[in-house]
Amino acid sequence: MATQPSDNDLIVQVLRGNQQVFAELVKRYQNFVFTIILRYVENREDAEEISQDVFVKAYRSLADFRGDSKFSTWLYTITSTTCITHLRRKKQDVFSLDQENVFARAENLNSGFTANEVEQKSKINMVNSAIALLSPDDAQVITLFYKAEQSLDEIATIMGLETNTVKVRLHRARQRLREKMEKHFVAELSDLR
Amino acid sequence: MEERLWDYVDGISSAHEKSVIEKLLETDSEWRHKYKEILKASILLQESIELDEPSMRFTQNVMEDIAKYRIAPAASTYINKKIIYGIAAVFVTILVAMFVYVFANVNWSSAGSGGGMSFDISKINYGKIFSSTYVNIFLMLNVIIGLVFFDKYLSVRKKKLLEQDSANTAI
Repeated sequence: MATQPSDNDLIVQVLRGNQQVFAELVKRYQNFVFTIILRYVENREDAEEISQDVFVKAYRSLADFRGDSKFSTWLYTITSTTCITHLRRKKQDVFSLDQENVFARAENLNSGFTANEVEQKSKINMVNSAIALLSPDDAQVITLFYKAEQSLDEIATIMGLETNTVKVRLHRARQRLREKMEKHFVAELSDLR
Repeated sequence: MEERLWDYVDGISSAHEKSVIEKLLETDSEWRHKYKEILKASILLQESIELDEPSMRFTQNVMEDIAKYRIAPAASTYINKKIIYGIAAVFVTILVAMFVYVFANVNWSSAGSGGGMSFDISKINYGKIFSSTYVNIFLMLNVIIGLVFFDKYLSVRKKKLLEQDSANTAI
């Protein structure tokens, strides 16, 4: 069974001149990059534009990727700095999704599912909707740690913080997440217990 | 307790802390109960976080964008640290030489006669200094070393650019 080429293998091919291989790297990480940015900006169009900028920057400076960290960590660092630069340029306030959107997402239950699937969907919706209520920095830490599987050191590099600060921020983000769930999703939480 | 258990579940506790918590989990039912809660929450987080997706055309848009660009050469190819250290060494050498010359000409035995240094800067004969053979040789050597480094830097850069161009045309 053929295994997927590693990120470093793909990078070597791109650096040798095979530009089309970069598309594979884009496909692997576009969702992560887009999700991180969407937490910070107002709408999907802006998030997509910034995400595109991130991948273009990553491509142009690919020769500077030394391989001493994961490619994902390097890419998310570019994502973080590009996002902040964009927000400063537009002097945009950072905010989470408004309550209406969040609750519309939370109420997404399809009667075609079985009871287990409905419960699973409900759990997923609850968690994601609660994350959407967090500040962008809290949401980013949680997403990077639990979904993008970045270590505390890697998250510290991405966010330009000390490792201990990231650890504290992760703990606080989880506390706030729990508070959001207890405040807005009482019924779903009681079903889980 | 909660913070310690989260660190344990996340796998970021130190080895000592891990063994302490494992003992507590064996002996203390409150810790066990809390551990099960936190483990459940951790699994929920790992399994539930969904990622948003950009439009279907996103990858294509990125590839169209990058088609206009070339990958910039790595900074290490045009910033040669040896050159920088060499130039720094030249400047440090000049500074050290100047200090040695100045302190060698200070009259240390005139302490107490006026409080200041006995040698008067305004009376230094610069023409005599720079007409000295040794000083001129030293300065010329520094200039030659600087030019050698500069030439080496330019030839390395030229070689790298030529290699890149030939690699690109081969493909």
